Amino acid sequence: MENGFSSPRSDAFPIGLRVLVVDDDPTWLKILEKMLKKCSYEVTTCCLAREALSLLRERKDGYDIVISDVNMPDMDGFKLLEHVGLEMDLPVIMMSVDGETSRVMKGVQHGACDYLLKPIRMKELRNIWQHVLRKKIQEGRDIEGHDVIEGIHILRNVADRYDDSQFLRGEELFSVRKRKDIDKHEDKDFCDTSSTKKARVVWSVDLHQKFVKAVNQIGFDKVGPKKILDLMNVPWLTRENVASHLQKYRLYLSRLQKENDPKACFVVGMKHTDSCSKDGDGNFGLRSSLAVPQNDVTNSSFSFSGDNFLLQNVDSIGCEVDRKRVVQEHTSEPKRAAARSVPEPIKSRCTQMKFNNSIHSVEPEGKFAAFDPSNRSCYPWVEAPEIKFKQESKPLVHLEGDFNQFPPTVPPHQVQMDPLQSISSISSGRSATEKDIANSIESKPPYSEDCSQQMVHLNLPKTPTDSFSGKAKSFNEMNDHFDPNSTTTAPMGKNQNFNLSCISTDLGSGLPFATIDEDLQGYLLQDGCYPKDLEHQIIQFPDYGDPGIFTEVPTHLYDAMRFGYDYSYDPTEYPVIDEGLFIA
Amino acid sequence: MNTVRQSLFHQGFLDEQFVQLEELQDDANPNFVEEVVTLCYRDSHRLILNLEQALQKSPLDFNQLDSYMQQLKGSSSSIGAKKVKAQCTLFREYCKAGSGEGCFRTFQQLKKEHTALKRKFEAYFQMKRQAGPSQIASRPK
Repeated sequence: MENGFSSPRSDAFPIGLRVLVVDDDPTWLKILEKMLKKCSYEVTTCCLAREALSLLRERKDGYDIVISDVNMPDMDGFKLLEHVGLEMDLPVIMMSVDGETSRVMKGVQHGACDYLLKPIRMKELRNIWQHVLRKKIQEGRDIEGHDVIEGIHILRNVADRYDDSQFLRGEELFSVRKRKDIDKHEDKDFCDTSSTKKARVVWSVDLHQKFVKAVNQIGFDKVGPKKILDLMNVPWLTRENVASHLQKYRLYLSRLQKENDPKACFVVGMKHTDSCSKDGDGNFGLRSSLAVPQNDVTNSSFSFSGDNFLLQNVDSIGCEVDRKRVVQEHTSEPKRAAARSVPEPIKSRCTQMKFNNSIHSVEPEGKFAAFDPSNRSCYPWVEAPEIKFKQESKPLVHLEGDFNQFPPTVPPHQVQMDPLQSISSISSGRSATEKDIANSIESKPPYSEDCSQQMVHLNLPKTPTDSFSGKAKSFNEMNDHFDPNSTTTAPMGKNQNFNLSCISTDLGSGLPFATIDEDLQGYLLQDGCYPKDLEHQIIQFPDYGDPGIFTEVPTHLYDAMRFGYDYSYDPTEYPVIDEGLFIA
Repeated sequence: MNTVRQSLFHQGFLDEQFVQLEELQDDANPNFVEEVVTLCYRDSHRLILNLEQALQKSPLDFNQLDSYMQQLKGSSSSIGAKKVKAQCTLFREYCKAGSGEGCFRTFQQLKKEHTALKRKFEAYFQMKRQAGPSQIASRPK
């Protein structure tokens, strides 16, 4: 089949899925070939990793998915995985007789989209097409981040997967998540891919070399897709291509680094799903589900979507054990604490907004945040120095005319207004880790105060220490915290009804907000607190707090900054949420 | 013939992976099971030789042994050779523990199981060929 999956709309899909199987065991090769053929897939087999790699390089768009054994004599399966991930950007399934968690984890960390244990069953193979489709969907989002996906999202509800396990690995989560959920949404998602399809860029060795050269030239700290693109000087390459590759590259580096640093935190994947009410009246539905796994790192994503409005928010929190260090880091290197943001003009037709916020922790060694595993989910797609904030600068807020006229009067805020924009994007990040906060409460006056104040705003009855000490609790808190604030920004002044419901199944509790009206009121009233609050902070927000408007968002940013995290936002990069978790 | 087959399961020689293989056999590959088993034995023979050589080394390279044994385990898992696979697992545990003595002992046992199963297979496939002339078809390449 010539074009196999390249026409994803073909009714035949997944029939004809082009699978490359790599295994040094001839028996398994034969069995897998037969199995895959029975699934009506188009199979190519080879028993050497190098051979596989050259096959892949030869026929650049010749395969849809790769299944590879982990142990091969000529090349480690993980190595192959890495190459395929970087060069071809194909989904790779690893397989092995070994089911040790560490092995599986290694596979996932190297970007495997699945890890199958031998003996492999037919039913497992039959389903592999989902990885291909998922990738397509993500790519679609990659490029048309603002595209409308009319309130349809794949359910990425990890809730049911959440248990007390130490690590939740996104990759795994995704692949293991309920089939039903996928199926339910498959059809619609399917359509989306067709409209958002893009040509896959094959990162040849040459191209990748160019890329690496550019990165080195710019310096890893300052690197950004645009700059790389300029330096690479490859006319047909787009910023998105580079951005996506840069992301992979960073992942790759962070893995390398992690391998050398056993203490490094694991990534915690957070999936969040939402699908929202589409109510012309501007009702906002909000659901968030959190899986909060671990003390070290927390990634959480929130999304809000409503009438023509989807807001994806990711908090990724990397927390270093050494809190003091972070503080030092922060105070001594203000730059690092700056929030970066790439304002992308949003076309008026856009009906979907996506946000990625990530707060990168600063490594104790002072390495750039990008090395932190927690960065998997997001990277600062910095356009240029202009968008860097000075430390005392205000969070960047993109406003949109639709909702209201945001008075650009708040001088400390960098408010970017685009007359054409019909959508507002609010970037906000909230960072906190139980430990961190708890610690901070005890040891760092400014933080604790801040924390407690926030607490007060949100959950009046709770005491600050209490609130961030337990996983579940803390995240509920965060939810609380987060939800209202994100929404406040949008429809201020209009009498809109908000339906906020927090679904945090995994956390075992949902805190429904009765109506935001109340909350809003609350915020407005409490607004006076903010300036006070902020005064205590290292970063000064002199004029912060034009009451009606940005009640809360900035504080989050502040958190981000104060914690010395790198904060980034790029509306086009929504898929990183996924990608961080489902590594390409 | 069916009883012969059943006994392979009952005596613990084979597990359900073998059933999987049987299910894969169809008109396109009427001898699929036998082909796979033959292929597997050819490959495992090579691996056993590797292991034999590696076991003669002194000191033993447990990493090397483990890696060979992993291959053999993978191979025996492909046809559902349950007993052989169990020995592989045991062997790898001895590798991990650094017990050369355990490795030797297990390896002998493994070879015994490996050969025993081979005999069973031979008998079974021969019986099958005689039973169904339709299945005489083509032998593996």
